[in-house]
Amino acid sequence: MDLGELASCLGSASCVVTQVSAGLTIGMLLFLVASGLTLIFGVLGLVNFAHGTLYMLGAYFALSAYGATGSFLAAVLAGAFGVALAGLVMERFLLSRIYGTDVLMQLLVCYAIILILDDVVKIVWGGDFLKMDLPDAFRRPPLLIAGGIVPFYYLVLFGITAAIALLLAFGMGHTRFGRTVRAAAVNPGMVGALGINTTVVYAAVFGIGALLAGLAGALSAPIRSVVPGAGVSILIESFIVTVIGGMGSIWGALAASLLLGFTRSFGSIGFPLFTEGLMFLIMALVLLVKPSGLAGKRHA
Amino acid sequence: MTWRGDALLALLGFVALAAVALGLGAPSVLDFAIRFAIFGLMAMSLNLLIGTTGLVSFGHAAFFGAGAYTFGLLMQSGGWSIPMAILAAIVFSALLALVIGALCVRLSEIYFAFLTLAFQMLLHSLVISWVSLTGGDQGLMGGIPKPPFLGIDLGDARHLALFSAFCLLASVVALRQVVRSPFGAALRMLRDNPERAAFLGLFIFRYRLAAFVIAGTFAGLAGVLMSLYVSGAFPTFLYWTTSGEAIFMIMLGGITVFLGPLAGAAIFLLLNDWITNITEHHGLVLGSILLVLVLGLRKGLLDFAVDAWRERQGRRA
Repeated sequence: MDLGELASCLGSASCVVTQVSAGLTIGMLLFLVASGLTLIFGVLGLVNFAHGTLYMLGAYFALSAYGATGSFLAAVLAGAFGVALAGLVMERFLLSRIYGTDVLMQLLVCYAIILILDDVVKIVWGGDFLKMDLPDAFRRPPLLIAGGIVPFYYLVLFGITAAIALLLAFGMGHTRFGRTVRAAAVNPGMVGALGINTTVVYAAVFGIGALLAGLAGALSAPIRSVVPGAGVSILIESFIVTVIGGMGSIWGALAASLLLGFTRSFGSIGFPLFTEGLMFLIMALVLLVKPSGLAGKRHA
Repeated sequence: MTWRGDALLALLGFVALAAVALGLGAPSVLDFAIRFAIFGLMAMSLNLLIGTTGLVSFGHAAFFGAGAYTFGLLMQSGGWSIPMAILAAIVFSALLALVIGALCVRLSEIYFAFLTLAFQMLLHSLVISWVSLTGGDQGLMGGIPKPPFLGIDLGDARHLALFSAFCLLASVVALRQVVRSPFGAALRMLRDNPERAAFLGLFIFRYRLAAFVIAGTFAGLAGVLMSLYVSGAFPTFLYWTTSGEAIFMIMLGGITVFLGPLAGAAIFLLLNDWITNITEHHGLVLGSILLVLVLGLRKGLLDFAVDAWRERQGRRA
């Protein structure tokens, strides 16, 4: 533990800028994964334990597409839409069979999916750590804001993720599809009775959640190493986000993601060995004080 | 049948096992017997939560790992006899279960599953990063001393096999007592109808917590046996896959039959050995089998067999 270091960082503008930019980037990437998880849970009532695996898959898809085309855009699109497609297949053939069953079933099916996909990834891409090269377009000198170093790619990431967050919030709040999804979360029977095909709504929601996870995986491929089994840690973090923010709440997920992002970036200075423990501590506190999460409604 | 009956059965089972193990004495048989005792105990303890209480824990390996590491560290520190170290490791696992359980059992089932997983991964990362105590990635190296006690030398595979079998059978008898006691009946009511249990004045939190602690304690004992078996302790003991495997075993055996998890553990170990022999793509094969089982049967193998048998009986009558 090094509180003096943390205090001196908080005292200098350059260090604060650097850590805030890192925290924002980590937080927004986390938000993409966590918002999908919370959306799927809110509408389908399914905890997708394999969500982190979709994120991993996105990184691998991006890696291959980038290797084949050399285009960053192609890599991101391949990650996002490739995983959306994989997610749809998963939902249609496997998960749709277990809607409404108990947690044990959901857990077992997702566990099996994780086992299979981790192995498939190992067969196709090998078990070593891989990393995607940063595209030339983003290889610019880092920006200096108030003496703090902000890598150019962080700005790109933040721009994309913030745009997606706004799009998601607008889509859920102000479009017909968004209203349908929110209605299906509350009363799917009634939505079906009104002539809306809930099967399609469910598949679409799962597809969107998978797309977001794949997108996050693709975007993180240049800054994090890609390795089979990488999905579990991001799954745990996303879950911590949904607990802190409240299951089913997009805004809560955003606030909690940023909170965790800052915990990570500043925690790595103050408590380098206890950063993960710090996240759990925050979660435990929230659970004790307000079990439904910051923005969550009361749940049974 | 009273507990005496159970104990007698267990004693007979022990004698039969001992006769087979010592008679054959082949290393592979002993090896399998030890692993069966370890994972059978792990699965049986987890089923107290999943099958009896209806709490789906995805973090049961936390206590397995805690037992293994506590025991290993105490024995390496010297000055501890094996029985005292086992006792200390079990007590530590129970205390850990008390703390984690107090935070987790008041939550609804999905949160419970995830939160137990999260705490287990926290412990895992603690073990990985606290290198000076736990050896980090490498695990507890250097072997675990096994000074003989009461004429039992656990360094000898035959002694260890018998000792493991004894621990397993004693624990199974104890667990059966728990399940059949009024306390066990209360746990089943919590599983089937928590609201009614609350109306009847049961303090749900206390009952669930007690079940969680009991399950964690027996998992800790399984962890102790594991660290005796491999003569060390490794971070994989507390990784989420170990919890997943335990749930898989329960699923293979069945959650409604008391001894189902034992059957499941045996099937899982045989399956595991067989798959490891024929392919390196272990997860792919295991995962596919699990998918077929879960989506096809929708219950454990033994549950399926028992239901099918009951149906036939019903048709005959």
